[in-house]
Amino acid sequence: MSPDYLQLLRALYPEIALVLGALVALGLDLTVARRHTLEERRGMSLWIGTLAIVAAMAHVWLGSRGSVFGGVLMLDKLAVATRFGVLGLALLTLGMVRGARVLRHPAEYVAIILFATIGFTLMAAAQQLLVAFLALELASLSLYVLAGFDKTSPASSEAALKYFLFGGVSAAFLLFGFSLIYGVTGSIELGEIAHQLTVQHLTPLLIVGLVMILVAFGFKAAAAPFQLWAPDVYEGAPPASAALIASASKLAGLVLFTRLLWNGLGATSGSAATATGQPGWLPVLAIISGASMLLGNLGALAQTNVRRLLAYSAISHAGALLLGVIAVGAGSEHRMVWPVFFYAATYGLATVGAFGIVGVVDRANPGGCQRLTDLVGLYRRSPLLAGCLAIFILSLAGIPPLAGFFGKFAVFAAALQLGGISGPAGWLTVLAIAMSAVALYYYLLILKQALVVKPAESVQRIAIPPMTALTILVAAALIVVLGVCPSLVLSRL
Amino acid sequence: MNALPCTIYISFLGALLALAAGMRSAATARVVALLTALTSCGVTLYAASQFVPSQGLQTLIDVPWIPQLGIRYHLAADGISLTLIVLTGIAAVAGILFSWNIEERTGEFFALFLALIGGVYGVFMSADGFTLFVFYEIAIVPKYFLIANWGSTNREYGAMKLVLYSFAGSALVLAGLLWAYAAAIAHGAAPSFGLGDIAQAATQFSRHEQLGMFALVFLGFAVLAGMFPFHTWAPTGHVAAPTAASMLLAGVVMKLGAYGCLRVAMPLFPVGLMFWQPLIAWLAIIGIIYAGLVALVQQDFKFVIGYSSVSHMGFVLLGLAAANTTAVSGAVLQMFSHGVIAGLLFAVVGRMVYERTHTRQLADLRAMPLHRLMPFAAMTFVLAGLASMGMPGFSGFPAELTILIGAWKTSPTWALVAAVGVLIAAAFTLRVLQVSFFGTTEGTAEPASHHHDHPLPPITWPERVGALLLIAATLYVGLKPDILLDWITPALQSPLFHAALKGGSL
Amino acid sequence: MIAQILQLDGHSSTVAVGAAFPILSLIVFSPWVGAALLAVFRGVAPSVSRTLALIFSLGPLALGLIALNAFNPALVAPQFVESHLWITALNVHYHLGLDGLSLVLVLLTGIITPVALLASWRVDHCPRMFGVLFLLIEGAALGVFLALDFFHWFVFWELSLVPAFFLIKLWGGPGASRAAYQFVIYTIGGSAFMLLGFAALYVATGTLDFTQLAQLAADGTIGAKLAALGGIWPKAVFVGVFLGLAVKVPLWPFHTWLPSAYAEAPVGGSMFLTGVMSKMGVYGFLRILWPIFPAQLHAATPCLLGLALAGVVLGAYAAMKQTDLKRMVAYSSVNHLSYCLLALFAVSYATGRPGLHAEAATAALSGTILQMFNHGLSAAALFCCVGVLESRAGGKRGLNDFGGVRTAAPIFAGLCGISLFSSLGLPGLNGFVGEFLIFRGVFGLHAGAAAIACFGLLATAIFLLTFWQRVFHGPRAGAAADGKFSDLSGIELAPLLPLVALMFVLGVWPQLLAGLINPLVTSWAGHLVLP
Repeated sequence: MSPDYLQLLRALYPEIALVLGALVALGLDLTVARRHTLEERRGMSLWIGTLAIVAAMAHVWLGSRGSVFGGVLMLDKLAVATRFGVLGLALLTLGMVRGARVLRHPAEYVAIILFATIGFTLMAAAQQLLVAFLALELASLSLYVLAGFDKTSPASSEAALKYFLFGGVSAAFLLFGFSLIYGVTGSIELGEIAHQLTVQHLTPLLIVGLVMILVAFGFKAAAAPFQLWAPDVYEGAPPASAALIASASKLAGLVLFTRLLWNGLGATSGSAATATGQPGWLPVLAIISGASMLLGNLGALAQTNVRRLLAYSAISHAGALLLGVIAVGAGSEHRMVWPVFFYAATYGLATVGAFGIVGVVDRANPGGCQRLTDLVGLYRRSPLLAGCLAIFILSLAGIPPLAGFFGKFAVFAAALQLGGISGPAGWLTVLAIAMSAVALYYYLLILKQALVVKPAESVQRIAIPPMTALTILVAAALIVVLGVCPSLVLSRL
Repeated sequence: MNALPCTIYISFLGALLALAAGMRSAATARVVALLTALTSCGVTLYAASQFVPSQGLQTLIDVPWIPQLGIRYHLAADGISLTLIVLTGIAAVAGILFSWNIEERTGEFFALFLALIGGVYGVFMSADGFTLFVFYEIAIVPKYFLIANWGSTNREYGAMKLVLYSFAGSALVLAGLLWAYAAAIAHGAAPSFGLGDIAQAATQFSRHEQLGMFALVFLGFAVLAGMFPFHTWAPTGHVAAPTAASMLLAGVVMKLGAYGCLRVAMPLFPVGLMFWQPLIAWLAIIGIIYAGLVALVQQDFKFVIGYSSVSHMGFVLLGLAAANTTAVSGAVLQMFSHGVIAGLLFAVVGRMVYERTHTRQLADLRAMPLHRLMPFAAMTFVLAGLASMGMPGFSGFPAELTILIGAWKTSPTWALVAAVGVLIAAAFTLRVLQVSFFGTTEGTAEPASHHHDHPLPPITWPERVGALLLIAATLYVGLKPDILLDWITPALQSPLFHAALKGGSL
Repeated sequence: MIAQILQLDGHSSTVAVGAAFPILSLIVFSPWVGAALLAVFRGVAPSVSRTLALIFSLGPLALGLIALNAFNPALVAPQFVESHLWITALNVHYHLGLDGLSLVLVLLTGIITPVALLASWRVDHCPRMFGVLFLLIEGAALGVFLALDFFHWFVFWELSLVPAFFLIKLWGGPGASRAAYQFVIYTIGGSAFMLLGFAALYVATGTLDFTQLAQLAADGTIGAKLAALGGIWPKAVFVGVFLGLAVKVPLWPFHTWLPSAYAEAPVGGSMFLTGVMSKMGVYGFLRILWPIFPAQLHAATPCLLGLALAGVVLGAYAAMKQTDLKRMVAYSSVNHLSYCLLALFAVSYATGRPGLHAEAATAALSGTILQMFNHGLSAAALFCCVGVLESRAGGKRGLNDFGGVRTAAPIFAGLCGISLFSSLGLPGLNGFVGEFLIFRGVFGLHAGAAAIACFGLLATAIFLLTFWQRVFHGPRAGAAADGKFSDLSGIELAPLLPLVALMFVLGVWPQLLAGLINPLVTSWAGHLVLP
């Protein structure tokens, strides 16, 4: 196994593009743009960021495939698709930034988004515990900063602090779990770990390690019962940051998690059938998934704050995504990863869109956009936003022909193939389907405010920057297109 | 025949056009919507004229859609589909005519209306479970906005209740379909959502699988068909909805549920059908009687009609539950008939009466000599009421007669109790008829204006045309039920329904 | 002669189906054409619309006379048959046919409708709609008498309710709403079960054609098929059909809708209701229940005879207790119609028993049919007279609101008296023939029933004579007291004169009608066997 640095360099072209973009943005902002207004400086940084991400996407598209650097990174179809996905979501996030309230230090904001994106792209491909951890922490640290970027708002700072504390603890858990795994198997390579575990019994030490990892990912994914930070962070963080946290971060984390669990720890999965199952991480995951769906959906019913509502919706979707992770085991030969990937990606699209619109409204309203009633009369203030919001929210609710529906559908179909409705994931699927009916209620509450409730007579139209409008439209169009023709993506997986 | 899928695309396209036109002027949006509905209605009638019933289920288009899951975009039509497609075409045109007076957000109204219609067309043509489900859900969501935006009494509550019930029902359907899909794969079949494929695979399912799947799918669809005790969304939803939406809701959307039961649940899981048959029949009968009795004591005109819809849909469900060719063909006929009649009733109540008198309380209406103020509305309602009572000569009669004959074949008790429902239907229809339109008999010689300070606005031409269209439809089918039965019966005798329907020929 | 021009020929048309002139369809639909025309032309003056309605209502009478001319009484089978396949899926044929029974009732309808319209000439409230509804109901009634397939028979049967409902409700008295509602609900209630009964018959036989069903009943097929259902169901089918018809007649105790409906209806409406609609029920018994369910009917006769007797006796006694003249006449209808059913039940009772005399059966059945026609004439005339009284007394029609009318209005008193005595069954008037034949027949078949029925006869005599005495005799009182009680005007004479004339003619020459039905009845009486 001879290290091939050139290959590594080629594989990391996207990341390099992102780093360069970040540096250029920072440098230009420090030198050329000092005299310009904040808005202009932000515009410039955003253009640079956009270029960098587009370049990275081009590299991902055209770049190499296969195992890199002796298996440290694995650029399989899933990794490529995930990298492409997170880059796309980050690109959309940048578009949304343009429509949101102007914050100080715009170049830094863009740069940190790019750094976080680097973390995501690495997570997508990591095949080794150490790289995985580093990528995850790079992303997380960037996100903590992004959450607290609105220094004028105490809520933002509180969000950042909470996020940081929870995130820090979970990082510790994760690291501890990783080291235990390493201790048990003597390797940090997923393939090697998998090989070792097939010959080992489930020792207490291993169980502790598994639990640690699950807890850590539970925190990261905002799954119940580790979801406490999510509503506060979504509420306090600037909308674009929340968009990134909810979308690209989730997609990357989920793919990493799936890889880790199935490729690395697959042998210890056990069975999700709670009564008869063998011990393993599947039952735990099933319980976390079920709890998230229950807690997220029921919690969302009581919300009057649109961002907290989206946070609870994120928790419930995390539950469904974990069901997707469980369902990966359905394909015995080749893992059924694509349903959960598709779900996460389209969920990300819809959330980016929703938070983008929240950001635009946030800037237009003197009082910001927090309560559901802040959306009143959106259909009059901006038909475009109202229409796109309907698409995003209905996609989150899982209404065909939008992409969110097909994601759910594919996940449920895969989960039921684990043995039908009485199979190991059957009860969870039924729960998920039932909960999707509950969810429609609170999603419709959002749309009711935006599309039904009549506003006061004098409402101001909302001005949307053209690029943001384009971004929102692209996101909405993608949701429709992916919903109608999911094969466009699936045929590449 | 092969032009039929165009109705779907025309409707969706028309929805977009109406939305765009609505930004400029309401009048354009109206015309666009009407033209769209007329075009698709024309296409259905043309297709109907080309239809050869004996060919059974005729594939219209069949292309791979999502090959990874074995999903195909498969549209097909037989006589049952065609009956309901024609109904949809007629109901759409009538609905638009009766919404001619919508001034607020006109473009959006018609866009949602046409989107709903497009979804309905799609459901009636789908031969693939996934395709069907997608169209089914497309038909659900616009209802919320139609009711919540343009509705009346308690509209947000009614809209939410309706959509949540429908969606919960569709969730059951989804669960059942996915289960069947997974079970088919487990039994070694290639992944497919084709209804025919699943039906074939389902012959190997275990008994408890069949029972469970049937229960899920049938119940899910039956919620939308207004089966007791899951009917409570229907009256509140109908009452809250704007006229055109009530017309569509009762006229077409409830048929989606019944159609789903017939097209999906019954042929796919015949073993389940046999097991659940008595329960369904009794729930249907309870629905007929209970909703009829409730309608008998309502004080709100529209609630009477709302409950009457539940009662009439009970006949459809009873026909399905009886599970023989006669009863089921009666059920399909009743779907058509009720679609037209309920549309007419809601048109009179919601558009002609309510929007002129601004009350639906029977006590208030009793004080107005409506048959003198609005003779056309009175005549329309009399005809619609008679049709709704199952008066011979109108489409309801052959439908109910066929259902009773079929139900008798399966169980005379069902038919006997259901016959009481016919009587109750007559009772509540007559009651509401005489209270609302023929309330005051004294002082008949006085001119109308003495009773009412502001003379009511006259019935407009779109209303007249719409009403006449629906009356013509119910009379035509009532006098010549063959026109539909000739389509329906061969469809039910096709191999698709062999396992489900044991009744033999008529 | 006209019949020859139209190439009408009773017996040949049974063979050449479809090629023949569709006179029966014309009879049924000519009033409806008139109704449609009247409904469409809104602007016509009231007098014009009245005249038009009258002219169109005379159409069936004219056509009926043409048919009568071509009718061959010697044939038992239906004549002028029209049969076309209508609904393939249900094996329904559009099947019309005319036999003696139908012909008598078609003529009755043809007479009563114009007469009732004439009696309603003074209706001010929307005479056009009144005419439309009358023509509709006339067509429906004719359809009932001519249809030979259950499907469209039932169409006509039910459709006749609709105009009746509106006639009572919109042109009726103060309690009309309730009465109309009750009337329709009772009748539909009965019809619903009848419908179910036919659904069951259809399941068993695959046909809804009356003649075919009768055939199948005669050879025992229906009985066997229904018996296969087991349990109470064979009886339930019979009871269902029975209920639908019994409510319509009405047979005691299903008569409770009748007094208020007849009393609240406008004069013309009451005349038609009693003159024609009540005959639809009896016709149903003769055409449907008896031929299709001979065995079940036979088994039920001990009980049914009791009901019919109750109708005869209690109806008469109830009429005796009435002070409202309209209600009195209404109850007398219950009584008279029960005679018809009594005779039929007696025939059915005797079928298959040793005491059966074909002669008695013939008498009873002829009596039934004649009584239907005669009661139509006399009851319509009586309602018309009560209407005249009502119009003179400003809406009052109590037994005690009048007195000495004979001196105030001698012509009216004369005509009304003839009607009363016709209803009473005075020999020489039409009513006598029917009642005599019925009593003669019933005595031969079930003497006990005839004996009990005599009480009804007695009570009838009492209340009719009370009517006659209180209203027309004695000192002038009530509405007639102040001398303003004018005699009949021309337009009031118009409905009464033809009715009274017919009473005389048929009283003197009953063979005019009896000749039409004799072969039919003889054939019925000759084939009285249980399957």
